[in-house]
Amino acid sequence: MTDDDAPTDVRPAAGAVTDLVTPTWEYAPAPEARDLATIREHYGLFIDGDFVAPVEGGSFATINPATEEHLAEIALATASDVDRAVAAARAAFPAWSALPGAERGKYLYRLARLLQERAREFAVLGTLDNGKPIKETRDVDVPTAAAHLFYHAGWADKLAWAGLGPAPRPLGVAGQIIPWNFPLLMLAWKVAPALATGNTVVLKPAETTPLTALLFAELCQQAELPPGVVNIVTGAGETGAAIVAHDDIDKIAFTGSTAVGRSIQRQLAGTRKRLTLELGGKAANIVFDDAPIDQAIEGIVDGIFFNQGHVCCAGSRLLVQENVHDLVVDKLKARLATLRLGDPLDKNTDIGAINSAAQLERITALAEAGEAEGAERWSPACELPSAGFWFRPTVFTGVSTSSRIATEEIFGPVLSVLTFRTPDEAVAKANNTPYGLSAGIWTEKGSRILAMADRLEAGVVWANTFNRFDPASPFGGYKESGFGREGGRQGLAAYVTDPAEREAAR
Amino acid sequence: MTERLEVRKTYKLYVGGAFPRSESGRSYEVTAADGRFLANAARASRKDVRDAVRAAHAAQPRWAAATAYNRGQVLYRVAEMLEGRRAQLIADVADASGVDAEVAATEVDAATDRWVWYAGWTDKLAQVGGNANPVAGPYFNLSVPEPTGVVAAVAPQRSSLLGLVDVVGSIIVSGNALVVLASERRPVPAITLAEILATSDVPGGVVNVLTGRGEELAPVLAGHLDIDALDLTGLAGTDTAELERLAAENVKRVVRAPASEPDFTPPPPGPQIMLRFTETKTVWHPKGW
Repeated sequence: MTDDDAPTDVRPAAGAVTDLVTPTWEYAPAPEARDLATIREHYGLFIDGDFVAPVEGGSFATINPATEEHLAEIALATASDVDRAVAAARAAFPAWSALPGAERGKYLYRLARLLQERAREFAVLGTLDNGKPIKETRDVDVPTAAAHLFYHAGWADKLAWAGLGPAPRPLGVAGQIIPWNFPLLMLAWKVAPALATGNTVVLKPAETTPLTALLFAELCQQAELPPGVVNIVTGAGETGAAIVAHDDIDKIAFTGSTAVGRSIQRQLAGTRKRLTLELGGKAANIVFDDAPIDQAIEGIVDGIFFNQGHVCCAGSRLLVQENVHDLVVDKLKARLATLRLGDPLDKNTDIGAINSAAQLERITALAEAGEAEGAERWSPACELPSAGFWFRPTVFTGVSTSSRIATEEIFGPVLSVLTFRTPDEAVAKANNTPYGLSAGIWTEKGSRILAMADRLEAGVVWANTFNRFDPASPFGGYKESGFGREGGRQGLAAYVTDPAEREAAR
Repeated sequence: MTERLEVRKTYKLYVGGAFPRSESGRSYEVTAADGRFLANAARASRKDVRDAVRAAHAAQPRWAAATAYNRGQVLYRVAEMLEGRRAQLIADVADASGVDAEVAATEVDAATDRWVWYAGWTDKLAQVGGNANPVAGPYFNLSVPEPTGVVAAVAPQRSSLLGLVDVVGSIIVSGNALVVLASERRPVPAITLAEILATSDVPGGVVNVLTGRGEELAPVLAGHLDIDALDLTGLAGTDTAELERLAAENVKRVVRAPASEPDFTPPPPGPQIMLRFTETKTVWHPKGW
């Protein structure tokens, strides 16, 4: 802190009205040490326990979306690299699946511990590569990823009690394709249950966020995980397509957009490959007039502005009971004015950078469509950094149910506010979408919570809370938000043979 | 004295609790296993499929909202009706499969017992398929299986009663509504089952039975956007790639066709047979003063 920043007395003068909302001081910069993460200049593919160069030698850059600074050159995996990775996974499968569950579990415990030990390094690296605030990588991504490994480690020798038949068998080689919004957490969601149940994996991290997955590969080496059990191939859509198309893969697990998920489902038609999809969402966050309003405001903010709104289950449609609309919107705006947007490595930052130029473009276009369709746009006054990809937290009021910002997944910090009068209307509006990933309910009335939860078509319903995740809690969608669950007992079903399969008639 | 002439039945579709002919006015000839003429079954059209889906869609929310105990009693009532029609079903199965009455009776009894098995699951499925989740925080967290919605199924081609009952039971037990396409060459037991459903307490529209050409109707079911899941068990051993592609349009849950028709005689391998047509819903609520 410099002398210019000397603290001033912020206590209110005697007799003054205490305003607890408007900040009366400036935060000093509190950057996390960037050198906690070491970034190599080049990264190879992680195949059969080693980092190797791609067959065709291609590479692509990964950048820091908050500064557009070049971070590293990443190997571009082509179909022949995917082939090598699948071969390694196939070769590792017999021994890995034959290991006693307890031994497989111990490897996963090792990975969980290694991740905890290097937690801060992963947090910094995740923030640099993704643009999300350090407080989110530090407090959510990394600890929840470690928790997923720890939770599934314990399942490895207890699968007979998972309700999936007396002796659930692994499927074989799982191809896993994950998005850029929670790079490390999505890796853990995919890898932990696959390994616990005895499968081997070929994982493709998102093109814009490969670094934490490549650091996780180092953990696999430190854990002395048998080579080939985890293989990580980096690249963009074509690399993913090569995984989906590979003949020797037994299962595809995909998290991403509904459009891509649908095309994967089409591509797997007529094959014996198993599939789970965790796709898009357009969640309704429903606020009744008897809700604890201040608590609801926190939940609304958490629901749509957490991770810059790059969350498939984000509460992107706020449904407010008409008689409290103005109150909720006023309080929401006051709260948003206090959010701090800026350097993601700063521990006080609430809103980080948009992950890529392409995503920023999409968010910008949809927000413009919202205005064009007559909704009223509002953002708090906040300066945007000059470099990098940034978007102000944005609230649209007066949104019609058919407008694009009320129907399309924006995947950004944009909230559409709609109103309702009766619980029936709230349910009808909430369910009026092909998506069905999550929903929120805010009311003090317990019976109403339960009745609403029954009627909402959503895989996860958060009542008087939002965006909570836990490895013990199954996550996944209804309708076009995909099928299959991740986490919990139900999540294990995605990686074992179908217990409903019957013997053929003679 | 002349012999009394029997009164024959016109075989129709079962849609929304009623027995319409195909709107197309078409029918197709159904013969017994020995080639004897049995019936002119309705040959359902694309429009009949759409009507059936509409009926299923309309009936599903109430069926799902009925208490599990109530659904259990309604389904048990169907088993009572099956028992009451035992003689007719034995004749139907014997004709359809070309087996003697004794073998047919075994299948009919197994089908009735299977129906009882499913009836007893309505109020246990959520206990076996759902659970509390011990999350790392002060939250109540509960997962329960809920019906997927409207399911379309192609019934097994050979096991015209037991296979059909197994498919129907596994789907409607949790609160789904169903449009089922009967075995193409052995549709008569399915129509008798429809008559049994109509005279028990299953609300109209919960089960809709179509007869006709699978090749013509299955793609319509697979591509219909108001259908949430597709059970292709009945197309065992056939290439269903195109149906699966159509199903992807609205991300349907698909139970693929097995390599050959399963043996429906042993009891199902467990509750997963029903949980395939459910969605896990997880509800969180904070704990606190």
